[in-house]
Amino acid sequence: MSEADGKYRRVAYYPGCALEGSGHAYDRSTKALGKELGLDLVEVENWNCCGAMEVKNIDPKLQTYLSSRVMSIAASEMGFDTVMAPCNGCYHNLKKAEHDLAEDPATVAVVERLSEKAGHETYKAGDIETIHALDWIREAIGEDGIRERVKNTLSGLKIANYYGCMYTRPRHIFPEKDQGPNSESTYEPHFMDDLLRAAGAEIVDYPLKTACCGGAHTLSDCDTSTKLVLNLLEAAEACGADVIATECPTCHSGLEMHQIRAETRYGRKTGVKMLYFTQLLGLALGIRPRKLGIHENVSDSRALLKEKGLA
Amino acid sequence: MPIHEKSLIRPENIISHENLEIDGIDVSGHWSTFIKPRVVTDYNEDTEEEIAALPGGEFIHRCWQCGSCTNSCTVNALDPEFNPRYWIYLARLGMEDELLRDKDRIWQCVSCNKCTYSCPRDVNPEGVMKAMSHWLELKGHTPTSPSMQFDEEFSGQVFETGRIEEGRIIRGFFKRTGQNLMQDWLVELVKRLIRGLPVKLLMTMGLANIFRPRTRGWGPAREAIEEYVAERKMADRKALGLDEPGIAEQESEQ
Ligand code: SF4
Ligand code: SF4
Repeated sequence: MSEADGKYRRVAYYPGCALEGSGHAYDRSTKALGKELGLDLVEVENWNCCGAMEVKNIDPKLQTYLSSRVMSIAASEMGFDTVMAPCNGCYHNLKKAEHDLAEDPATVAVVERLSEKAGHETYKAGDIETIHALDWIREAIGEDGIRERVKNTLSGLKIANYYGCMYTRPRHIFPEKDQGPNSESTYEPHFMDDLLRAAGAEIVDYPLKTACCGGAHTLSDCDTSTKLVLNLLEAAEACGADVIATECPTCHSGLEMHQIRAETRYGRKTGVKMLYFTQLLGLALGIRPRKLGIHENVSDSRALLKEKGLA
Repeated sequence: MPIHEKSLIRPENIISHENLEIDGIDVSGHWSTFIKPRVVTDYNEDTEEEIAALPGGEFIHRCWQCGSCTNSCTVNALDPEFNPRYWIYLARLGMEDELLRDKDRIWQCVSCNKCTYSCPRDVNPEGVMKAMSHWLELKGHTPTSPSMQFDEEFSGQVFETGRIEEGRIIRGFFKRTGQNLMQDWLVELVKRLIRGLPVKLLMTMGLANIFRPRTRGWGPAREAIEEYVAERKMADRKALGLDEPGIAEQESEQ
């Protein structure tokens, strides 16, 4: 069992800006899950924003610098070789920085110059492995590990798993994906499906796993985002899902926000509930809903969870 | 020059005759519809290079027009006129007038990277869309798009403190774009948020305003970033043959 080699049992944790705000419940449930499973999360000291999509749009190399600073601290100042980022945006950016610093000398030059002026070690490609919260649980605990620990099975809960854009695209920044059995697929990701299925949930066949929620323009082009989100919600309902499981704070709050907007602006009401996969796993492991921040979610799933005997 | 598709079949490029006889054969009606021949002389050979000089546009020259980007595109599915392959084609031919017909659409790319995922030539079409949007704005063809306004608000806060706070971003963006914060759906959102945890709302929307999240010792990083951004802006303008931002432009940005 993977527990024996201790992989990912102690990692540097990079929550990122969203987990301190709208994604607070994701932060809470991730930490609660780690505690329950005996996995150590050591927060990256004095971290900064990874640059998100917005700084990339101003200048991609600058975004790479911002992401590299986070890895530099984790590696040089804290001695870690793994950073776990639960936010798809942060995860994506750290991966992209890793790729660009290994492949593009012009990016390396910019990062060297900025790091020197900012007064910290320049991050060197290869020093850090960035993983997502899904990789973390899957590797450190695994499906069998989850199965053994389930106290409240999720059976009876129909879940559509939504991964969004940044977890799989573009392919070249995720060299470990698409490596055959046991690796994650960029075309049809399944790590979240596997873990939630191990927790007893009924996973519906959801064709929009990696479709876009319009998160980049959630406020700057609201109508487009609402249309995209409504499509995701209605498709999940058509597939018979009670819940859309999420693994990104931006997708999650985008779905919640535009579910409300579709209702108030277009009169299109949908009832499917959004829950972070960490919240769902936490419930299965018997962690109290409050500790998982279930009450903080804007899409209120409490009645549904009660009905299914989960809260 | 290869045919330039859509531009051939717009109403103004079509000739049709009520009654037409050619070589003694009556071709009135359906058979009398022709596409006007057109010779392109107004192309700008610099367009491709200019877009390639902006961040994200570097690999536009690799495109071989397979159409995978448009075929997989999220926004194209909502708006068939949103056509990355076509815009890359126009930019490469330097057909700026044709490109400008879609100037208010290009910024709507949601950066889903479906195009980049499916592109067989490593063009990075998502980046090209961003470069084109920048190009349109820098050249003064479009005002700053809402997307760019958001990016500037967001990035400004990151550069300043190292981190962002969402409530501040939302307020800043709405102010910049002259929108009212009291929109029906936002009010509803806040209502449902409060139901869950009022303390959280206070923290994120209120207290964070006083105790702004910030990265300690950010000063030197901020200076280095600001210097870099200023250099980058100058380089972009230079590549497009534009002067340094004049006073008039700075005023209009206010
Ligand atoms: S990144 Fe933009 S252009 Fe590319 S597929 Fe997505 S919306 Fe279309
Ligand atoms: S997918 Fe790539 S090569 Fe094909 S048309 Fe789009 S940019 Fe060009």
